Amino acid sequence: MTTESVHRTAVRVRGRSGAPRPPVSPGLRRRRRRELVRNLAFLSPWLLGTGLFFLYPLITTGWLSFTHYDGFTTPTWDGLDNWVFVLRSYPFFWPALRNTLWFVLVVVTLRVLAGLALGMLVIRVKRGSHLLRTLFYAPYLAPPVAGTLAFVFLLNPGTGPVNSLLGRLGLPQPGWFNDPAWSKPALTLLALWGVGDLMVIFMAALLDVPRELYEAAELDGAGAINRFRHVTLPHLRPILGFAVITGIIATMQYYTEPLVAGQVASGQIGGSGQQVEPGYPAGSTLTLPQLVYNLGFQRFDIGAACVVALVLFALSMLFAAFLMRRRSGFLTGED
Amino acid sequence: MTRPRLRRRLAGGAACLAVTLTASACVGSSQGGASDNPSAKVTITFWHGWSAPNEVKAIQDNIDAFEKAHPNITVKAVGNITDDKINQALRAGGPSAPDVVSSFTTDNVGEFCTSHAFVDLGPFLTKDGINPTATFPAAQLSYTQYQGDQCALPLLSDAYGLYYNKDMFQAAGIASPPKTLSEFDADAVKLTKATSSGYSQLGFMPDYHGYESTITHFAAQWSPQYFTSDGTSNVAADAGLKAAYEWQKNLVGQLGGYAKLEKFRSTFGDEFSDNNPFMIGKVAMAIDGEWRAGMIDDSSSKVSYGVAPFPVPDALASQYGKGYITGTIVGIARTSQKQNAAWEFVKYLTTDTNAVVSFANAIHNVPSTTAALASKDVSQDPNFQTFITIASNPNSNTTPSSPNGGAYQLTLQDLGYAYESGKQADLQSGLAKAATQIDTDIAQAK
Repeated sequence: MTTESVHRTAVRVRGRSGAPRPPVSPGLRRRRRRELVRNLAFLSPWLLGTGLFFLYPLITTGWLSFTHYDGFTTPTWDGLDNWVFVLRSYPFFWPALRNTLWFVLVVVTLRVLAGLALGMLVIRVKRGSHLLRTLFYAPYLAPPVAGTLAFVFLLNPGTGPVNSLLGRLGLPQPGWFNDPAWSKPALTLLALWGVGDLMVIFMAALLDVPRELYEAAELDGAGAINRFRHVTLPHLRPILGFAVITGIIATMQYYTEPLVAGQVASGQIGGSGQQVEPGYPAGSTLTLPQLVYNLGFQRFDIGAACVVALVLFALSMLFAAFLMRRRSGFLTGED
Repeated sequence: MTRPRLRRRLAGGAACLAVTLTASACVGSSQGGASDNPSAKVTITFWHGWSAPNEVKAIQDNIDAFEKAHPNITVKAVGNITDDKINQALRAGGPSAPDVVSSFTTDNVGEFCTSHAFVDLGPFLTKDGINPTATFPAAQLSYTQYQGDQCALPLLSDAYGLYYNKDMFQAAGIASPPKTLSEFDADAVKLTKATSSGYSQLGFMPDYHGYESTITHFAAQWSPQYFTSDGTSNVAADAGLKAAYEWQKNLVGQLGGYAKLEKFRSTFGDEFSDNNPFMIGKVAMAIDGEWRAGMIDDSSSKVSYGVAPFPVPDALASQYGKGYITGTIVGIARTSQKQNAAWEFVKYLTTDTNAVVSFANAIHNVPSTTAALASKDVSQDPNFQTFITIASNPNSNTTPSSPNGGAYQLTLQDLGYAYESGKQADLQSGLAKAATQIDTDIAQAK
């Protein structure tokens, strides 16, 4: 045995404290190996799923973003060309990014507030709460395309019932899905209409807050606002964190509603020899997922589509990391 | 050599062989030099997009006639196929992938040609002594090839013309449809009845969101050259294209302005429904394809309509009769292992005069060969004959194929939206920017 191997053996048998450990017997080693194999076997479904459905697509997307790939021929290395094209020369990227961030900030915030408000309302109502729950939750079950079509019809600036009512009341009649200034608010209304999922989650969380805490706070002279701030909110923190993060991820993937609303309102559904304008009107409803489709499947530029997909992924990670950075992300005040 | 090393080498060799065999099995010839026996008994798969019962019956009738003439070839037709499915199948290949594919859009031909997803039909045409320029009109030939690679063939066409409301024309004292754009503008103004908040009747909807009122459909009347011979954008240098933008903008102004027209447009029903604004009498004139006549006839619309070629610029009055042409295309998948049999079918569908004429009559589309256009068996309905005349006009033209799904048309459309709304005041600078964008997009695609 050389001096070096003696030294390595000595290092191996010492613990973190530096105290010498007894040498590991071959039987113990075999047992540990068996344990490792068993643990890996138990973990294998997760490892397989993560590897196949997360790591492999992610790595492939990263690689393809540096290639010229039209989906038919073999990808060829293209360096940073796709990144330069998307970030510098593709005219739809920055407007789509701005729109996506607008939806993340406005829609997620309003949906969380509306879900919380509705949750509080339905647990306080004494009579007819079942009816209210059903009424508020039902729209969430509507297929996105059907819901969007209904909203485009209701908000049609010329023939829709909403504008005719506004007209009768002497109020201004917006262009809704046909006006770049109103198309995003119209989509926000649509998103708020389907807020039933958050209402149910908040309702469950609110019912879980111990009543004694409210009674104690009331005895201490706390008003409604203080009770909400010091009792309700700390208990809702994990649910709020969950609602915000899942809301951000869902809004980052916002695709069906803006696409359907834009195409139906524009009257162009892509007939023979007719190019469909993305993000009608005037690019105001264009989101990043629409670009992934446009680049990858309409322009046959999978490499550039992968760039947009990676930007989406990075943004989602950034938002999630920012919200999870604080330990309180999914924890209550007591944890 | 030790045993483990020998085993590793054998395994490596076997793996290489397997990969090579698999790859060669997946990828067929892309040059039309197919080696399969066309006389062998085979079944080929044909994907198409037709879904209406009369359309499905019409294509099936054609298939039946083909199978009767070619008893060794069975055609398995799969209908209602979208372009997304087509692209996916062409990428994936495999035993369930189609041998023959047809698509309603001409926009993807450039990509199908450059990627060789469709085989070059040139060698097949040569082998059978078919002269493409003598067989197909120039516009149809243009949108089925890219830079000399004839990877698709036209399978019926669409021709664009002017639809006009006869009752409204009579009420306004207009005796006949306009032939020049100055006559057209005057008629459009005369046919417009404005109200304080909108219109009770509009002569023509020129806005680029007004369904078929696209810049490329209008610009066809000036026969623009979108690309130079070396494939770079010519839109900033083409005087006709610029004139088309200017004409439309001028007409928007004459009819009440962009904001008022857009507000009125938002009251329109779906383009392909019975609520189409022309079919319910909201507009007196419209630019549309030959299919609209069939739709009106099949609907409950009471509109008394006439059709004519779309007017031409005054300076090109002698070219009256031309229009924008597009249509359905058909090609053979590179992954097909039965390319000779597939070619027999494609040849029959696209060049057999009886097949083309009967199919055109059945689904109210314009035939796509010169012989079929001239055939006496083509529907003699006067309205339909107008579109036959437009499709036969040597000055009729189309939007050429590009390698990125026709992205240049979208760039031109975006310029149109900006120009008609006043966001882009300087048209020439807008065209220069569009040209740069088109070149950048094409460079990216290559």
